Amino acid sequence: MNKIVRNLILIAAVIAFIIFAQNTIEPYDLRIINNIAIFLILALSYNLINGVTGQFSLEPNGFIAIGAYFTAIMLIPTETKVDMYALVDPAPVILQMHSSFLVAIITGGIAASFIALLLSIPVFRVRGDYLAIVTLGFGFIIRIFAINNPEYTNGALGLNDIPQTANLYWTGGIALVAFIVMIHIIYSKFGRAMKSVRDDEDAATAMGINTFKMKTYAFMTSAFFEGVGGGLLASYLSTITPDQFSFLLTFQLLIIIVLGGLGSMSGTLVATILVMGGMEMLRFLDEEINIFGLHFDAHPGMRMVVFSILLIVMMLFARKGLLGDRELSDIFKRKKSR
Amino acid sequence: MTLQIFLQQLVNGASLGSMYALIAIGYTMVYGVLRLINFAHGDIMMVGAFLTYFALEASMPFELSVLVGIAGAIIIGILTDKIAYKPLRSAPKISLLITAIGISFFLENLFTVLFGSTPKPFHAPEYLTKIFQIHGIYLPISVIIIPIVTVAILAGVLWILFKTKQGIAIRALAFDIETVKLMGVNADKIIMIVFAMGSALAALGGVFYAISYPSIDPLMGIIVGLKAFAAAVLGGIGSVTGAVLGGFILGFTEIFVVAMFPDLGGYKDAFAFFFLILVLLFKPTGLMGQDLERGRF
Repeated sequence: MNKIVRNLILIAAVIAFIIFAQNTIEPYDLRIINNIAIFLILALSYNLINGVTGQFSLEPNGFIAIGAYFTAIMLIPTETKVDMYALVDPAPVILQMHSSFLVAIITGGIAASFIALLLSIPVFRVRGDYLAIVTLGFGFIIRIFAINNPEYTNGALGLNDIPQTANLYWTGGIALVAFIVMIHIIYSKFGRAMKSVRDDEDAATAMGINTFKMKTYAFMTSAFFEGVGGGLLASYLSTITPDQFSFLLTFQLLIIIVLGGLGSMSGTLVATILVMGGMEMLRFLDEEINIFGLHFDAHPGMRMVVFSILLIVMMLFARKGLLGDRELSDIFKRKKSR
Repeated sequence: MTLQIFLQQLVNGASLGSMYALIAIGYTMVYGVLRLINFAHGDIMMVGAFLTYFALEASMPFELSVLVGIAGAIIIGILTDKIAYKPLRSAPKISLLITAIGISFFLENLFTVLFGSTPKPFHAPEYLTKIFQIHGIYLPISVIIIPIVTVAILAGVLWILFKTKQGIAIRALAFDIETVKLMGVNADKIIMIVFAMGSALAALGGVFYAISYPSIDPLMGIIVGLKAFAAAVLGGIGSVTGAVLGGFILGFTEIFVVAMFPDLGGYKDAFAFFFLILVLLFKPTGLMGQDLERGRF
């Protein structure tokens, strides 16, 4: 009973914060908060397959792109599309696709989830790290496909003028839903089965768990939320190009879930805030620097050098990240019992 | 397709295939001993090509520049193993994969920061780029030389693997690392040799790449690395001859599909991926591979 009351208070506090932030905070800071909310959705779902189920995959940029393109195509008004597709005329089906925002992002999620199902059939037949390389390749294929099919995606030019429906109510609200769903999955029988697949696949099989099914469930759930997150991203940025969904995106999410602790959802929450905030603060590294008369030229990519060193050092010396696979509530509980 | 064009494409395919084969060997050997997809392997190839480029710019002779590139790649390869992989030998595999990704991303971005992301023109010596003609076939000499050099080097690699003491140790490690350690073999030293051999071959592949597409950039290793890995899986991961076979199959496919169906040109980079999916669906052990997963774990 106590726990339910606590959770309800927490949820109410988050909702109050969202309403407060959307109405009072300056646009620049609000942009960072929105970014954090969207990346939280992406990182939570990425952690489900990588951290909880222990299947190392590198696909988020692919699924995010699928979600983003579906949402963008369904949101842009037909007349705008006719003008926008500069390379070739848009395919008839593209012109017909139109819906409300909620339907659009959910379609994006379902599309990503369906592709995840198709990928999981070859990949989970073999055990081991093929998932990593297949999903890495998949991210590239999505980009190649987007560039080579201008009648659907407007090629390398990308789509712009996407109606900017997504605000903090949407991003924050869906992040809250994603968080609650993930916590529920982790503490359900599915979550325990997924963790057993991670810890010892043979033992899990011996206990009667269909490991192929569990991996596929986790992968599809993860893909669904990544697609939804991609839709939010498209609407929030109001413009998308194939190059935006490069491996860099996956890498950022990987840093977040490793820092937070593979398998820990509240760790992911803390790490998303730290990494996204850190990205903003380290922005100066990519620009020109003048210190005491010493001049350093602008070095785009410097931030990523710092982050990749951070990732390696973390893996070598603090493999468990901030929270390991525990949740914040577990830590408080332990303190009390002592 | 006339006979001339067919022959020309055949040679082009062999040249492209050689490049994939050289890089695939490194993947397959590291996977054999450590069961690790070395994501940084494609970037080590990039490092080799870059160092060769800088040596050339410093007006060193071409052959010496290639040696500089290979030596640099070997050093980076061994350092990668010592810094990022060795401390994690007993850690869960996911940790190793994450550091591998970290190293890969680090090398790509470090080179972007240091040398910029614009492609740099690679000036191979004239005796390699000169175009000659037989019976109406026009080919740069490099396209002939690359497969010949590759085959010679492969013979050398196979000789090392099957005839020398170290080579036998490498194959034994792939079979059962714990037992081999108990037999008094210094596993870390052998793993170092594996990384050195893989990196040297990757650097050579990188130089061939730079000669064929005469430009290099810090991100060139990603897609080539991915394709070479697909080639290694196609041939059967863990098997060196398989990696070579897979590399050549992939090279010929890319060249001939694009020659016959020019519309598919944009999807050239996607073929490797479809091969990968097909292999995983129908023959997960690849053409010449054994079931490594059951071997040790």
